[in-house]
Amino acid sequence: MSFPLLTATAALPAIGAIATAAVPAAKRTAAKWLALLFSLATLVLAVVVLVRFDPDGDRYQLTESHAWIADFGVRYELGVDGIAVALIALTALLIPFIVLAGWHDADPLETGSKRWRPTQGFFALILAVEAMVILSFEATDVFLFYIFFEAMLIPLYFLIGGFGDRAHEHGEETAATQRSYAAVKFLLYNLAGGLVMLAAVIGLYVVAGNFSLTEIAEARANGSLDMATNTERWLFLGFFFAFAVKAPLWPLHTWLPNAMQESTAPVAVLITAVVDKVGTFAMLRFCLGLFPEASKWATPAILVLAVISIIYGALLAVGQRDIKRLIAYASISHFGFIIMGIFAMTSQGQSGATLYMVNHGISTAVLMLIAGFLISRRGSRLIADFGGVQKVAPVLAGTFLIGGLATLSLPGLAPFVSEFLVLVGTFTRYPVIGIIATFGIVLAALYTLVLYQRTMTGPVKPEVSAMPDLRAREIAVVAPLVVLLVFLGVYPKPVTDVVNPAVKHTMSDVEKKDPRPEVEAAK
Amino acid sequence: MSATAVHSLWTTAADPISKIDAPKIEYGQLAPTLIIVGAAIVGVLVEAFVPRKTRYYAQMFVAVVALVAAFAAVVALAADGYGTTKAGIAAMGAIAVDGPALFLQGTILLTALVGLFTFAERRLDPEAHGNRVDSFAAQAASVPGSDSEKKAVKAGFTTTEVFPLLLFAVAGMLVFPAANDLLTLFVALEVLSLPLYLMCALARRKRLMSQEAAVKYFLLGAFASAFTLFGIALLYGYSGSMSYATIAQVVDGTVPEVTPALADTMGNDALLLVGAALLVMGLLFKVGAVPFHMWTPDVYQGAPTPVTGFMAAATKVAAFGALLRILYVVLPGLRWDWRPVMWAVAIVTMLVGAIVAITQTDIKRLLAYSAISHAGFILAGVIATTPSGISSVLFYLAAYSFVTIGAFAVVTLVRDAGGEATHLSKWAGLGRRSPLVAAVFAVFLLAFAGIPLTSGFAGKFAVFKAAAEGGAAPLVVVGVIASAIAAFFYIRVIVLMFFSEPRPEGPTVAVPSPLTMTAIGVGVAVTVVLGVAPQYFLELAGDAGVFVR
Repeated sequence: MSFPLLTATAALPAIGAIATAAVPAAKRTAAKWLALLFSLATLVLAVVVLVRFDPDGDRYQLTESHAWIADFGVRYELGVDGIAVALIALTALLIPFIVLAGWHDADPLETGSKRWRPTQGFFALILAVEAMVILSFEATDVFLFYIFFEAMLIPLYFLIGGFGDRAHEHGEETAATQRSYAAVKFLLYNLAGGLVMLAAVIGLYVVAGNFSLTEIAEARANGSLDMATNTERWLFLGFFFAFAVKAPLWPLHTWLPNAMQESTAPVAVLITAVVDKVGTFAMLRFCLGLFPEASKWATPAILVLAVISIIYGALLAVGQRDIKRLIAYASISHFGFIIMGIFAMTSQGQSGATLYMVNHGISTAVLMLIAGFLISRRGSRLIADFGGVQKVAPVLAGTFLIGGLATLSLPGLAPFVSEFLVLVGTFTRYPVIGIIATFGIVLAALYTLVLYQRTMTGPVKPEVSAMPDLRAREIAVVAPLVVLLVFLGVYPKPVTDVVNPAVKHTMSDVEKKDPRPEVEAAK
Repeated sequence: MSATAVHSLWTTAADPISKIDAPKIEYGQLAPTLIIVGAAIVGVLVEAFVPRKTRYYAQMFVAVVALVAAFAAVVALAADGYGTTKAGIAAMGAIAVDGPALFLQGTILLTALVGLFTFAERRLDPEAHGNRVDSFAAQAASVPGSDSEKKAVKAGFTTTEVFPLLLFAVAGMLVFPAANDLLTLFVALEVLSLPLYLMCALARRKRLMSQEAAVKYFLLGAFASAFTLFGIALLYGYSGSMSYATIAQVVDGTVPEVTPALADTMGNDALLLVGAALLVMGLLFKVGAVPFHMWTPDVYQGAPTPVTGFMAAATKVAAFGALLRILYVVLPGLRWDWRPVMWAVAIVTMLVGAIVAITQTDIKRLLAYSAISHAGFILAGVIATTPSGISSVLFYLAAYSFVTIGAFAVVTLVRDAGGEATHLSKWAGLGRRSPLVAAVFAVFLLAFAGIPLTSGFAGKFAVFKAAAEGGAAPLVVVGVIASAIAAFFYIRVIVLMFFSEPRPEGPTVAVPSPLTMTAIGVGVAVTVVLGVAPQYFLELAGDAGVFVR
């Protein structure tokens, strides 16, 4: 038996979580270093996965399969395709930066009880989320996926509700109330989505008799498993609902602005850049993979919702007064692009969507983490409280601008490639949808540049005049991510090479071929 | 009514020549029950003859030994194949020894053992006049607030009678799901109920509330018993027999020999339907299904918390066992009549439990409504009428009972000057003060909510799967909606514990003796093990899922 690489990649952060949680209350700094160490070790394993993965090989590689709950037809089955590999790499890459950026976010204000260990808890919870996210990318058993898809809500819930920005315009008491409101809203939305999915998971078992992605796909291909049209549609809707809440897609998005606004910047990055990707990833792997016919049936409606997300998210972002809320609405707009790319059912669209997931993760991380640094310096999240920051903190302002330009998909930075691919992929099949979505880019330029202009340019506000520039730790967080943004913007091939074969498989699941170019068709 | 229309019980009794055979009793197969009954009687003697000072220890010893021995007997019987190949009817047709019976008896005995530890806890309350005290009244007979009560407290009296009472209740519970004729069923019902009524009245603190709870429980319970008895009478009138197997044959129309008396009554569907409805009603009362749930919140709140925990866990196991056997063994021929009714009961039980729980402000009442909605989930598995329905219910009951008993054990720890601080507002900030206790309670709440990797999820998945396979997909959908509603109030408690500021005059968390720690520890361990690696136990329940007929 070969070394269970995928299990190890997920188990390492899980062990790290337990180890970090067990550090005694007084040894706070040791806990932080331990968490960083484990997240880096996980990154190493993720790189090994990336290297060992052969893009042109089998669809699912590095597979592991063990009996688990035979009575439910559940097996512990792991395997990765190119899409999963890319997203695991993204997750493992971002977590060390999240840990580093949140270095002081959970230092206790008052000592409280001797056994009260918020710092240890904070980092342990982040690692726990990482473990569950990686497992849900790896699972090729629907039930196994479901378990981690649901279970990751609990640590996240504590991260949102238990830790917030230090500074709050209405005092700590109001902040605590708003935090717990955001946490409960997050949990109830996602739990409701998950429970609807549970009904569909049970339905899938009744229809198929097991949960293995590969077995079900095989049975459908050779005709031994025949789903009635209506059954397939209901099951599809059950799955899609859960993923659309997680992603989030308009009109199920309202938990995201609250959650991102109230949590600390690193946790906000964890939510949008990492966890929400599970939703869009699962649409590709499970919705299209298990229910191809129903996916095609639902495509028009989903594309309309995606376009609404794009425009609506961007419009609301323009109107925000709160920096973090603005980034949250911008993310909703971007998730609209990703979902549109997935359901455009073209290989450019789906490659673009996968690439978009990776790029959006990096660009949001840059923007949000710097916003977090900015907010902790000023003690306010309101855009109006800033002004002229670029004069006092040029490095901060400069990197913030790069993050912003990446968010508006400036050519030369990574998100441009993916956004372009998504739009091209959509346009070839649904020109009207593609054209409307393009307006999202225009609005993105508006909200990003206005945000930059109001916070960074203009006369220096007296409150920000003493603002220090980025410290060494903060630069260590931002610089590698910025480099990556530029690199993938100029040379996206490493990612697309991994992703493209997997997309081909997904396309063949839904038996879609790319529309032929007009010119060629005219010949 | 002509002479021939009178059923055989009368005619045999009137037979002048007494040819009553000595009953043949399979003592070995009945060992679990016999051990418990014997120990309960020994407990009564201990109460009478052992000096007050050592009584507590003597009672503890008797009860623990009896429960462990009885559990060993159950395991031995199961290992011997009585759960599967050798399953049969013992004690002249009165008791079934089969998979479900043994599985449920094992569950009840373990639950009772864990429950016993919480009964015996004597470190939570501050010492009164130099004596350690438990959760029970010093002297049950003294009027609350009277001089005699004060004297009893001062003298350091304790109600060690709870141990034999617990054992009697357990004896009833062991027979209840194994009963194979209606009279045995009724006797078991009374044997399990009467000690519970008594124990509910025995709280040391808030005695009036406790007595009120006991009276409510007793009155409504007596009503329910009367219904059951009436139903039994009508079923006897219909079929001319008390035996499950014979009634089932009459219902199916496959009875081998039709006497003239039977021929007269067996066409009378009104007798059958009304009788079955009344019988099932009595059982639904015991499991706390809507609309027979009214007693649950008051009794759960008023009873001493260790009793609540034991009652909530073990009674539910026993009553669902009996309900399963009635529906699957006696009334399978009536399936098309009872299924729609049970559908309705399951749906309202899930929804009412979940919705009403949202408005609760007392942790014990909240857990009571949660218990009601769980009864609804279990009913969804009962309705499946498939072997996987039986095994899923068995698994759910085992998983649920340990979560319940652990959760109530945690409730006993959170105290202020007035005893247990059960009002929810007092739990604010518990996570700051004692992170471990709050975390443990959070685990139990997450299990109740059915979050994956806890036993609650495995159980819920099992019953919903069984229901979906049994053609009850709408029930699954309602169950999922009810779960989403229920999640709200479980989460609310977690929010309160972890995200609210502690109150300055808030409750303290008592440091329990190893007894309660064991109870809570077992609860957590079972919750996690059944959540992460349920396969072995699912197999066990699957193997046990066949009723002997």
